[in-house]
Amino acid sequence: MEEKAVSFYWRGFKERYGLVGSKCELCSRHFFPGRVICPECRRKGKMHEHRFSGKGKVYSYTVIRTPPTGFEIYIPYVVAIVDLEEGARVVSQLVDVKPEEVSIGMPVEACFRKIREQNQSGLVLYGFKFRPLK
Amino acid sequence: MNSPRRDVAIIGVGITKYGEHWNQGLKHLITEAGVRAIKDARISGSDIELIVGGSMSSGMFVGQEHTGALFADYMGLNPKPAIRTEAACASSSVALRVGCMAIASGMHDCVAVGGAEKMTDVYGSQATTALAGAMDRDNEAYFGLTFPGVYAMMAKRHMHQYGTTREQLSLVAIKNHDNAMHNPCAQYHRKIGLEDVLKSPLVADPLRLLDCSPIADGAACIIIVPADQAKKYTDTPIYIRASAQSSDTLGLYMRKDITTISANIHAARLAFQMANMKPADIDLAEVHDCFTINEIISCEDLGFCKKGAGGKTVEEGETQIGGRIPVNTSGGLKAKGHPVGATGAGQIVELVEQLRGDAGKRQVSGAETGLAHNVGGSGSTVAIHILSRNRGRA
Repeated sequence: MEEKAVSFYWRGFKERYGLVGSKCELCSRHFFPGRVICPECRRKGKMHEHRFSGKGKVYSYTVIRTPPTGFEIYIPYVVAIVDLEEGARVVSQLVDVKPEEVSIGMPVEACFRKIREQNQSGLVLYGFKFRPLK
Repeated sequence: MNSPRRDVAIIGVGITKYGEHWNQGLKHLITEAGVRAIKDARISGSDIELIVGGSMSSGMFVGQEHTGALFADYMGLNPKPAIRTEAACASSSVALRVGCMAIASGMHDCVAVGGAEKMTDVYGSQATTALAGAMDRDNEAYFGLTFPGVYAMMAKRHMHQYGTTREQLSLVAIKNHDNAMHNPCAQYHRKIGLEDVLKSPLVADPLRLLDCSPIADGAACIIIVPADQAKKYTDTPIYIRASAQSSDTLGLYMRKDITTISANIHAARLAFQMANMKPADIDLAEVHDCFTINEIISCEDLGFCKKGAGGKTVEEGETQIGGRIPVNTSGGLKAKGHPVGATGAGQIVELVEQLRGDAGKRQVSGAETGLAHNVGGSGSTVAIHILSRNRGRA
């Protein structure tokens, strides 16, 4: 992955640390990441911040064996699309589980982890990952 | 959408061999394809009024942007205007569509469209990173998801919902390698078997190396003119009966159902409507097999078989040359190669050769009408063109 400046990560803290997205009060749809306008209701919609519970189920997943730059030390690692209980979906790594133990429909919950380090700047990037629901 | 004011026809095509061209840069590749297309059309470079060229990520692959100007410059076409189009792996289909709009509107009478990509001047992990730009970078790539990983999740879910098998995925790759044996510009001239696919390394479960299209260098170019003028240049113009394009969410995770590509369905409906045709009218198709699962999913979405039956359709040989609907006679992205910015234009080159009856040992006999299906990202852009020997409405 490319190296980015601090501002890029700083403005994503709420989203990546707190799993904060948005909800349209008009159609009740949830979005993660948050959107400026609701794609269904557009300007009629009313978007508000929404903090997701972090609980969900695995919708689909894969095990990455050929990683992008910066993820070499993690292989093999599981990446999944998680169905959040409020209705939105999110892409995340699954941790605290062996790849062969993951299945579609498995209940999971969000946790806070290191994502990767940037080589040149030394920035350490954090964010959510998901683990089996205890 | 309104009907085009003028119909469009193809009078010339040119393509480079796809593969690792260590002795050729981006400018050499596009020049080679461009000169071939101009020769094939039997026109002079000075007849060309506009250049529209696709490139997905020249900036990350070779550090060069502004490739519109580069293409015009190296093909010797200055001061003609040049436009770069970018829609990830659908970049050069979108170039063709922009060219069609320029002709249909009456603004230009002869346009060179195409695309090029030079992917082998960077190392594998850098190429993986560049290709990840086709997906939602902030919300997918950030967490270590790769482009093969995106299609792997589609495959996993398709297998879960429809019972698509590992063997059916392999059969797509085997068929496309068989077809590429007879295509001189294909990257691979090597037959593969079931064992080869299953023994190839896992890239992103369940996809293995031989499910994935390769990294390649290459370029393709097409010369288009108004249909009314086409017979001035050639006895066998190929008419563009439909040029359709649709968009969907950038991120795969935003979609309701990842076993289908909704932009496929939307673009196909538009294309068949424009051409006044149905899927059964198509004699052959180039379908975007960046990963084996995509040929299966997209054949379903395009209406070549029922939803969920894509795997079975391959298994029963219906998509082979000689089958009900031959798919990827060129070898597809899998075996012909996938120089991303050139791929869509390269699909058109294959259809033109087939419809002219010039495809040699891979010829689909009596082919009158072909469809090209080109996907950007996980289906965030889909461009579909229908070509025919017959002009249709006058």
